[in-house]
Amino acid sequence: MLQKNDVAPDFTLYATPDQKIKLSEFKGHNVILAFYPADWSPVCSDQMALYNEMLKYFKKYDAEIMGISVDSKWCHMAFAQSRKLHFPLLADFEAKGEVAKKYGVYDEEEGECKRALFVIDKEGVIAWCYMSPTAVNPGADGIIEALENLKLK
Amino acid sequence: MSLKPKVSNADHILGNGQADLTIVEYGDYQCPHCGAAHPIIKEMMAELGSQIRFVFRNFPLSEMHPYAQPAALAAEAAALQGKFWEMHDAIFENQNLLSSRLLLDIAEQLDLDMSKFKSDLQDEALQDRVDGDFESGMLSGVNGTPTFFVNGQKFDGGAEDLVQILGEN
Repeated sequence: MLQKNDVAPDFTLYATPDQKIKLSEFKGHNVILAFYPADWSPVCSDQMALYNEMLKYFKKYDAEIMGISVDSKWCHMAFAQSRKLHFPLLADFEAKGEVAKKYGVYDEEEGECKRALFVIDKEGVIAWCYMSPTAVNPGADGIIEALENLKLK
Repeated sequence: MSLKPKVSNADHILGNGQADLTIVEYGDYQCPHCGAAHPIIKEMMAELGSQIRFVFRNFPLSEMHPYAQPAALAAEAAALQGKFWEMHDAIFENQNLLSSRLLLDIAEQLDLDMSKFKSDLQDEALQDRVDGDFESGMLSGVNGTPTFFVNGQKFDGGAEDLVQILGEN
């Protein structure tokens, strides 16, 4: 798993069926990457739904949150609509798990992303990261603390 | 993970305010798990209330539960007239009927000053209070509702687990 002070590897992934997001386009903003195993699974739904409630707090820190899993763009679209999510879910779908592998958070056995969080600063450097046990929703306290520390820099 | 900020007089406190044991619940009035926890907590407080300082903080998941926020505001508006816990109980006890109308009906049944209640519901300070609770939950590591804290430390379990642990000690 990549660590604090590592440069966050750039990537381009589908966020909607016809729109891609490139990480480096967010230079100048903080980015929260939330890798998670699967759309629809109970813990993930809770975690993404929780972050969905916190968007205005993330905005206060000039931070954009993005979820990433190996699900396809169409699956993400249905999941986001069902849970009324207002932030992008990226499809690490082809080649499967390529981005998760770059960040060192791919679960080879399950063929899914592990449940991992990265806060990336405005220069594109990892400021904080956390690997959660797969069954545990990590909440947002670590994210907020990391963003708070960035603000003090 | 620990509770931030600590419990203070600004919180809604039930039971014994001087007790050594403090339990904080972060809850959402429309969350079915919180609704299920409510009678368990009530029973716990009926039995052990003299030994527990119980606090409820709002953690409305508004995108998922459209009445969570209005209900939280209604409880806070009732608190301004000294009836937080009465409103709190009535909302949970009628959770399956939750609506804007229900909140007003409860307020009437509690004999609240209705014009004050309605104007307080629109008050930004009340909104700030609910937001403040939510933010404190976020900083304290709340990852869903209900989340309990025992003497400032996050408790990994639900209301039944909590009662079981208390029974064993």
